[in-house]
Amino acid sequence: MPSWAPLTDDQLAEQRRGLSEEQLQQRRIVNINSETVTDVSGTDIPGHYGPGQDDTWDLNRFAQNLKIDYHQNKPNDAAFSLIGVDASIANAFRRIMLAEIPTLAIEDVFIFDNTSIIQDEVLAHRLGLIPLTGGKAGLDQLGWFKKPPPKDDYAAQAMYDQDDLPASASTPNDHNTIVVSLLVDCRWATIDEDGRDGKQLAKDGETDPAVRYVNSNIYAHQLVFEPQGDQTKWFDGENAIKPVNPDILIAKLRPGQRINLRCHCIKGLGMDHAKFSPVATASYRLLPSIDITAPIVGIEAKKFQRCFPRGVIALEKDANSGETKAVVADPMKDTVSRECLRHDEFKGKVKLGRIRDHFIFSVESTGQFESDELFLESVRLLKKKAEKFKRHLTELEEGR
Amino acid sequence: MAQDNDREMPDAAAGAEAEEATVEEPAAPIHEKQRLRLLPGSSDTAASFAFDREDHTLGNALRYMIMKNPDVEFCGYSIPHPSEPVMNIRIQTWDDVSVFEVLRKGLNDLAELCDVVEDKFTTARDEFNDKNPDRISKR
Repeated sequence: MPSWAPLTDDQLAEQRRGLSEEQLQQRRIVNINSETVTDVSGTDIPGHYGPGQDDTWDLNRFAQNLKIDYHQNKPNDAAFSLIGVDASIANAFRRIMLAEIPTLAIEDVFIFDNTSIIQDEVLAHRLGLIPLTGGKAGLDQLGWFKKPPPKDDYAAQAMYDQDDLPASASTPNDHNTIVVSLLVDCRWATIDEDGRDGKQLAKDGETDPAVRYVNSNIYAHQLVFEPQGDQTKWFDGENAIKPVNPDILIAKLRPGQRINLRCHCIKGLGMDHAKFSPVATASYRLLPSIDITAPIVGIEAKKFQRCFPRGVIALEKDANSGETKAVVADPMKDTVSRECLRHDEFKGKVKLGRIRDHFIFSVESTGQFESDELFLESVRLLKKKAEKFKRHLTELEEGR
Repeated sequence: MAQDNDREMPDAAAGAEAEEATVEEPAAPIHEKQRLRLLPGSSDTAASFAFDREDHTLGNALRYMIMKNPDVEFCGYSIPHPSEPVMNIRIQTWDDVSVFEVLRKGLNDLAELCDVVEDKFTTARDEFNDKNPDRISKR
């Protein structure tokens, strides 16, 4: 066997006996010192530790080491730990959640009447940013729409058919576009229609626009979903397209002003425009590690506890000497502010770091999808990317 | 007239069978633009590939999977210019290992990794939902 070939299980065990559990754990930690951060990059590349350590990719070993711990699973806010993956994979999942999961949002706004003080383009921009929600199955089967560029824009025409979309994607139809409309008139409140005389109340000194006028504030719940064609089957009742937050203020009007517009909603990707990003944000942080190398007791222990957020360090009574001693209770609550490294009394007694392959994800959805579904979708999308390039590779090889 | 209708048409039957055998799986689209190019100067053991419309998302992940292969002497990815949606990966292998096999193995391993993560995540999530009806872990 060549020196760099993967080791058998016996040889691995032999090698591991030379390393203590502590030493193995030390390899997983990014060291955080008072002025520097060291050992940042992953070192699980074959050959890094010499022929003794076998770091070749092994799916079974990966499956054994992978751990997923859930902390919170509210519909729009999920927190979980992914342990045992490399940073490049965790980052790929995060980037896909932010930018590459298809989401529905208002794209084209056809304005028939806008006599409000909000400019057309500002109004259209605000409408685009409203997060929408609807039936999952319906949204999944919705196709793509890509508006063809004008015939005289030769550059855009050349780039237009880069996307592998079917011909029907160039016209808006009930399989790729959702129509939502808004029709609001603002007027004075009258006794006949609203039970109060706005003009009279104004004369008497009332200044609140909600009392004086009707429809002076336009909210997102006033958007009306107009199902087209087949959409009545996919988006009816509970599954209708509606804004996630009905109380988003779109515009303010005064009597005599009117907004009459129709919006076309299409599927898009976050990498094109942030309105298509399904997450408020998706982020991860590494699990902090606090290593108390020499005992910290008494008053120093209390001071040590105050250097960290509440709950990170607990004070325990040492069984032998009876003094209070600082112990690490919950490193997950730590924000790694390195405050304890600023004080001389703790020099040499504490080592801060982060565990390189323990990612604490926090996925906050905007409401169109649920957070756990978003992470699963991002994993499936990464797999689809890999499969797609396997096909392209076969085509490339056949052409050679 | 009855005889005309009853005449067997073996060619049509054979043609239909052949069509069924070559029907593509519904997952793969019928025509997909080629997004993978081999850059000039590449050989069978040292090659640069250009991935269209890809960025650090696939680049870094694929680079990691390819580096986990002990046959690989060198693997790196770069994005030549941020304004152009192209990502280059260079792979150099020891001895006579084919670069294409290494790339295919890397893509395969990445797909298998995603499968494992998806399974474990679904199990962990369902277990958590069962144990914690209010969806927050007890700590």
